[in-house]
Order: sequence, then structure tokens, then C-alpha cells
Amino acid sequence: MASITRDDVEHVANLARLHLTDAEIDRMQAQLSNILEAIETLRDVDTSQVGPTASVIRLENIMREDVASLPMARDAALANAPLRDDPFLRVPTVLEEGR
Amino acid sequence: MTALPLADRTITEVAAALRAREVSARELTDACLVRIERDGERLNTFLALDAEGARRAADDADRALSAGMDGARPLLGIPYALKDIFVTRALDEDGNDLPGGLPTTAGSFILSGYRSPYPSAAQEALERAGAILLGKTNCDEFAMGSSNENSAYGPVRNPWDEATVPGGSSGGSSAAVASGQAYFALGTDTGGSIRQPASLTGTVGMKPTYGRVSRFGMIAFASSLDQCGPFGRSVRDVALVLGALAGHDPRDSTSVDVPVGDYAAALDGDVRGLRLGVPREYFVAGMEPGVEAAIRAAVETLRGLGAEIVEVSLPSTDRGLATYYIIAPAEASANLARYDGVKYGLSAGADELWENYDRTRGSGFGPEVKRRIMLGTYALSAGYYDAYYVKAQQVRTLIKAEFDEVLSTVDAILAPTSPTVAFKIGAKTDDPLAMYLNDACTLPVNIAGLPGISVPCGLSDGLPVGLQVIGRAFDEATVLRVADAYERAAGFASLRPPTARDEQ
Repeated sequence: MASITRDDVEHVANLARLHLTDAEIDRMQAQLSNILEAIETLRDVDTSQVGPTASVIRLENIMREDVASLPMARDAALANAPLRDDPFLRVPTVLEEGR
Repeated sequence: MTALPLADRTITEVAAALRAREVSARELTDACLVRIERDGERLNTFLALDAEGARRAADDADRALSAGMDGARPLLGIPYALKDIFVTRALDEDGNDLPGGLPTTAGSFILSGYRSPYPSAAQEALERAGAILLGKTNCDEFAMGSSNENSAYGPVRNPWDEATVPGGSSGGSSAAVASGQAYFALGTDTGGSIRQPASLTGTVGMKPTYGRVSRFGMIAFASSLDQCGPFGRSVRDVALVLGALAGHDPRDSTSVDVPVGDYAAALDGDVRGLRLGVPREYFVAGMEPGVEAAIRAAVETLRGLGAEIVEVSLPSTDRGLATYYIIAPAEASANLARYDGVKYGLSAGADELWENYDRTRGSGFGPEVKRRIMLGTYALSAGYYDAYYVKAQQVRTLIKAEFDEVLSTVDAILAPTSPTVAFKIGAKTDDPLAMYLNDACTLPVNIAGLPGISVPCGLSDGLPVGLQVIGRAFDEATVLRVADAYERAAGFASLRPPTARDEQ
């Protein structure tokens, strides 16, 4: 059933880009197993003839007139950035040399 | 006028006095600020305050009122608070701090110090209606919680008993309205986060139909479930505020273009001939006897007013929790991917990008947010997507269909809002699943996207109990009408916590 391993927790944390300490991994393993066990009761529901609902309202493309308007001012958009190199956002190294 | 202190009266009462110039907007604002000064820090209701800006806006409102220029501004001169999940404009075009601009944190360290360059639709709508913004209220981090104990800035205390929680996630808003720190407040409700804290603090709280109110500028938790709504001290007050908020907004493509009624004017106190359904599945094991007794008595009150009460069945109710705890975390895990330490908010300052993502998110998010990101990422990950996420969406179809069927035979549904009264701070923090069960009666309503309200229906063990009224999509008018008729007949509308007193 829904017992998830330490490896599972580490794998999912990596997918979520979420650093967890060893203690957090232990706690997460126990708590997620517990929650998933409750969630797995959904398996008993017969949904063979039922379609999925992603939203309760009808989702459809909404078109608008192609009218030019002013976007957010650049300085206002950059004001909260932890690292800036005006007029740009600064991002830590993505690719190291030789990789 | 009632004998209650000025700060504890309803909008309906003080708005009439304002227009008669028997009281000024400045006096209303100062009455709230005195309470915030006295009780705010202890109850931990506010995360940011703009007292000076509020006083200035109050003086402007007083000038307009004296000149007979109130326009059609239904909330002119009424002080209110916003849950700190609505962005409030705090920067000018050049990116400089606006004087009095309020930061926005969503109750999280990851947004510590964030100043929004634009306002939320809710803030704009209430400004147009003339209301005066006092500040931003404490809440569970990213609105994830049922007790307000998940705020990075500490728990909020319930003014009815300061050892207990005010509910969550909009706990600062509920506690502020209950304790006279604001005449109304906004919250957000993804699984009960307006209705449950309203129930626990003896206030009225409404979650409108999904799509009724714009979510623009409301920090996203679970986008197919989130909706914004008011807390007030009477159903009529909540109807007034809803009228100012409701309507289509092209900036939120899920807001729906359905006409907005005059919700407050339609409250005639008459429920004769209405059919109201009581779903047997909502009277669950684990429900406190005092809560059940209060709800049963409220049902009898409405029967006595001439409503026809029928027992109905919503058989998939007990599937709501599992369905919700797949869909909401899945959507949250996608929504919260935006906190990357690059564009805004906290950054761990690591030299390499992936490391910076990991460290920023690992140190910026609290335990409950991490839990939900993990749960959601797991449910969406390769090999589990169909078994969890698609399955939950299919059960969502069943839950919605059951509501639709029942609501084709009755005009509204009556249920408890919360199975318990306010519980002690710390009582459920070690058991996430026990905490999640607080919302068993409210989250099916979000899954189906329907409007719901919680209205006080008495006390159990000295703490407030809330009656939930659930209606058809976009039929807020009937939900409000039933709640208002009940409120008038029941005599609990003037219940206030021990904080409702002025110093001599």
C-alpha cells in the first residue's frame, strides 16, 4: 500500500527543487505515508464511466481585441529581484564551463 | 442603535450613522485603530498596518460625506482589512517605495519584504466602493491550514478564548472582525478558509461561487478551487461587501460574466416556501455533540420560519477529503514553482542555479507548504498521475453531480461548517491528517465550486458554532436570504467575544 521509501521522498524533493534536511526527510516519509494511505481510499470508487473534472466552469479560449497597452514599468518589475544587473535580472550560473 | 461599543457594530449600523453625520469615518477608523493598538499584537491579527494612510482616507471620506458627495459608494468611510494574500500596491513606476504602501507576504518567509508593483482586483474594487484599508491580516502560509498556526509570522489567537485558534487559513481576518479591529475583512477560501474561521470566531463568512469574484492579484494556492470573499458581523454586511466585489474581470479568465444582483436589498427575511436540504452525511462521527445540537436547532428555527426541511443524501461526502488532498496540493505544487529566488522574494544566494532553487525553497517554505508541495509533486509524478490526479478529478465529477442533483430538488443545503468549535493552539499540529479533517464539511463545496456561507448559530462550551448554507452556482442571493432570515430569527447576531468592550 502507500508506504513510501526514503528514496521516494528524496526523488520527489528533487523534482520539486526542494532541499530537505535529513530530519525533514524522515518526518516527511512518515507523514506522507500516513496521508497517502487516507487518500488511497479513492481506489474503492468506481469511476470507470466517469470523466475527469479539471474545472467547474467551462474553460474555453477567450479572445480579446489586439490593442496595444502599456506593460508594467521595467523598474517596477525589477524592484523586487534579489539580484539585478540593470536593466536585467541576474541569475546564478546555469551552465558551468566544460559541462 | 445597539448598545455595543462603536468598534463592534455592523457596517449597516455605522453606515447609516455616517450618512446622518452622527459619526465620522475618522471616528470609525480611530475606533478600529484603538482596538488594534490594544489587542492586535496579543492576538497577532495584523502583519502590516497603515494607520496614517487610513486616517487620511477617513478624512477624505468625511469631506465627501459632508459635501453630499458619497456617490454610489456603498462602503464609503468603512475601515477594513485584507488577508495578506492579496497584493497591495507598494511601488511606483520607477520601483520606488510608495509612502504607506503595504508589503505582501502570504504568511511566508519566502515573500518576506515583497512589495507589489500593482494592486489586486479586490483592493481596487473596495477602493472604488469607498472602503478604507487599515492593513493586512495574518494567515496560514499560502493559505494552507485550518488553524493559522502555519503562518511564518506566528499563530493568531481567537478573541473568544486566546488559548484557542481562530481557524484558518484566513484566521487574522476572522479574528480582526470578531474583535472590533475592522468592520469587515477579506479572506480566501480554497477548502473552507473563510467559512471555517468564521464559524470558530462567531463571524459571518462567505465563499462565493467559483468565478463570481476576480482572483487577479490574489496569490494562488489551488487555482481551480480558490475564491475570494468577505467576513462581516452580519449577513447583510457580507452581502454589501460581496456586491462591491462581484463581477467579471478580463484579467481573470476564470471570472464569469453573470449579472450581479443587489444582494443586500434582496434580503427580505422571508424563507416561506423555500425547500432546504439537510444532508445526512454531514452529521459525522467525531462531530461534537454541542455543535450537532446547535445545527439541529438552527434547522428547526428555519422550519419554524416556514421553510420546508427535507433530508437529502450526498453519498460521496466522505470522499471529499481524499479528493481535495490530491487536487489542491497538485495545483499548489505547480503554482508555487514560481518561487525560484530569481524574480522576487527570498534568495539563498547560492552560486549555481539548481542549488539556488533547492536552498531558497528549502529555507523559505514552512513545514505545511513543503508537505503539500511534496504531496502534489508525488501525485503528478510519472507512474502516479493516473492513479492519483486523474482519479481525483473523476471523483470530483461525482461529487459535483451529487450536489447538482440535490440542488435540483432543494433551494439550498444546510450543514455544519466545522465539526468542532475552536480547539487549543498546538492541539493538532503534530497530526496533519487530524488537522485536515477540520475541513470535511467545507471542502466538498470548493470541489463543486458552489457558494457557501457560515453564519453564527450559538455557542457550545462558550465558543461559537457556525451553520453552513450552500447554494446553487451563482445563486448567492438565496444563500444570503436563508442566512439572513436565520440570523434575524435566531438572535445570535449580537454575540461578541470578551474583547468587545472599551476602556472606561
